[in-house]
Amino acid sequence: MNTPKLPAGVEPVAQSEVTETLVVNIGPSHPITHGTLRLQLELDGETILRAGAEIGYLHRGYEKQSETVFYNMVVPYAERMNYCSTIHNASAWCYAVEQLMGIEAPARAQAIRVITSEMARITDHCVCLGANMVDLGALTNFWYLNNVREKMLFLFQELSGARMMTNYPRIGGVVQDLPDGWITKLRQAMEDMQGLVGDVKSLVSNNRIFIDRTQGVCPTTKERALNFGWTGPCLRSTGLSMDLRKDQPYWGYERYDFKVPVYQNGDTMDRLLIRFDEMEESRKIILQALDKLPDGPHLVDDHLVVLPEKDKVYNQMEALINHFKLVMHGVRPPKGEIYSFTESPNGELGFYIISDGSPRAWRVRVRPPCFANYSAFPQMLQGAMVADVAAALGSINIIAGELDR
Amino acid sequence: MGLESQLDNPFLTTTIDTVVNWGRKYSMWPLPFGTACCAVEFMGVVGPKYDISRFGAELVRFSPRQADLLLVMGTVTQKMAPILKQIYDQMPQPKWVVSMGACASSGGFYDNYSVVQGIDEIIPVDIYVAGCPPTPENVIGAVYKLQQKISQEKVAAWR
Amino acid sequence: MDQSQITDRLKARFGERILSTYALCGQEAVTILPADLVEVLTFLRDEPELRFNMLMDVGGVDYLGYGGDGEDEDEVRSHRFEIAYQMFSYDLRHRYRVKVAVKDDSVEVPSLWEIWRGANWMEREVYDMFGIRFTGHPNLRRILNHDDFVGHPLRKDYPITKRQKLSRPIDHLLTDKQEWA
Repeated sequence: MNTPKLPAGVEPVAQSEVTETLVVNIGPSHPITHGTLRLQLELDGETILRAGAEIGYLHRGYEKQSETVFYNMVVPYAERMNYCSTIHNASAWCYAVEQLMGIEAPARAQAIRVITSEMARITDHCVCLGANMVDLGALTNFWYLNNVREKMLFLFQELSGARMMTNYPRIGGVVQDLPDGWITKLRQAMEDMQGLVGDVKSLVSNNRIFIDRTQGVCPTTKERALNFGWTGPCLRSTGLSMDLRKDQPYWGYERYDFKVPVYQNGDTMDRLLIRFDEMEESRKIILQALDKLPDGPHLVDDHLVVLPEKDKVYNQMEALINHFKLVMHGVRPPKGEIYSFTESPNGELGFYIISDGSPRAWRVRVRPPCFANYSAFPQMLQGAMVADVAAALGSINIIAGELDR
Repeated sequence: MGLESQLDNPFLTTTIDTVVNWGRKYSMWPLPFGTACCAVEFMGVVGPKYDISRFGAELVRFSPRQADLLLVMGTVTQKMAPILKQIYDQMPQPKWVVSMGACASSGGFYDNYSVVQGIDEIIPVDIYVAGCPPTPENVIGAVYKLQQKISQEKVAAWR
Repeated sequence: MDQSQITDRLKARFGERILSTYALCGQEAVTILPADLVEVLTFLRDEPELRFNMLMDVGGVDYLGYGGDGEDEDEVRSHRFEIAYQMFSYDLRHRYRVKVAVKDDSVEVPSLWEIWRGANWMEREVYDMFGIRFTGHPNLRRILNHDDFVGHPLRKDYPITKRQKLSRPIDHLLTDKQEWA
């Protein structure tokens, strides 16, 4: 509980003197809500007595829509769920379907997935930190971090043709190999990023205003975090260490040497600062993955999953038929169900897929990390001040597309 | 020292439409009604690389009372639709609407129970921007196009 | 612990009350009736070798018309809905899935809100999408769709393009004390 600091000589109002409380509505269109969240606060003066959250303003029917299209056609929908780290979501979807079908992407494709998904993690943290700094009044950091993000988006554009919505991963690998000279540019971007992120960190981490606005604000205990199902950086800021890249490695994460940053206090400051450390670890993973990048195919060799090369489609009858069959009838996983999980920038991103053997999923259930994180938010606010809402909301990084699907 | 020293006569003859439209088109205050992915791309548009302030539209206002350009960025759901209408109604005239991206323009590829199939079902739209999400160049192109449109307007028509 | 061992433990403890088991891709699950849900999940949580202290996800499934091609007789289910609870143990880092067979929407499922606070919103979503009611839930109302919405969109008999308009600008104001939970 935060007790407001009062100037000398001002007596705090005793609880019994409160005669009337005020209910304030924030959102859904409000600068601090980063899109489409709505909060209602019951206030005693500036102190929040109770808070309620309303979501669903960006409910786009992802789960219903996924039941109507082929497995490969879900990739663009999956990307648009978390629009800050698009490529990770798409890779996670493809990985889930691969697990359901019992196939494994080639080593090179897995390494490319690691590289791109760590780039997505950097992008996501840049947007989260930059936007939150703006809420706290520090506009400069937003420009710095936006530069890092632009560098990543430029590389995504070279890779796939689109800045944000890459549509790059496929079931069984990635759609095409890395373009020429891309690795050199990525190395350069990593070097530039280190300087820019370091600048921002030094700007905020010793900044008196930043510390006053965030330290001890809306803290969360370990027990509450586990009880609400928190994952990702928010959980790790409370002193618990859980990272699926370490615990249950996928895409060959066990080959890379990286640390899992853990902070102890679980307050807004820790939730923000941990993201700086994670970006540094992501940078290390990317550089290691580039060094160890294996040669070989970027797509699995299975004509039931992967389209044949264009060259063959134009010149061979079998390849043409294969292409036609796969486009018209789609990828068909066997009957069954799978719960697949990856460590997305916000925490555990789970796909629970039920297949009835047809080319369309019977049911796709997404376990978005934001959903669990945000459901604890009303409780976190109790006892805080109105101005703390902006700081705390940005620090748990709610992506409305993922929250509401 | 300034422009007036170059002129013999410190007066210019022009029409009201020309001078008012000239003022309006280079000082649009956008309200970013950002709901989804396009709003994140809009960060790139206001960011240092693309820098929408070169076109005079960088002063982002989150209050509809202070804005004259409504940028609808992202999917508008049935739950959000009345709020968008309310915000549009709260904006003072003159006001313009840019529908950014496929979702806002037509519902995009979300043809389902919860998504409004284009914001023109709810409010009038001046410029549609294609893309999912549109590139920053495309958004700047929309601002440029809107400027051309404003320069053709009659001031009296807004009354 | 290996998931097959967890299945064995549950079978040994609950016997006939485990309706069916499932295994694929190294993942196992059991299906139970709603009446046994709290008992099974608290057993999973409290058993020292299992310690499933996190409820990761609650997701509903509608099996209306599933396996209708008649190829596989076993696939025709006697219940329409299932709710899948994804369990995770923070201490031991293992996972398990418990599924609850819900015959139709007249059957009520006990809420897990008392045990895991995170279940609050997840159960609201299942109610919103499938119309399955949870007993003991503090605030069972729609979460993703608006208040005027009629029907439950993730049911297989809800047409995907059936749109429903909301007329009021602010659709819900929190007034009741319970709703702030």
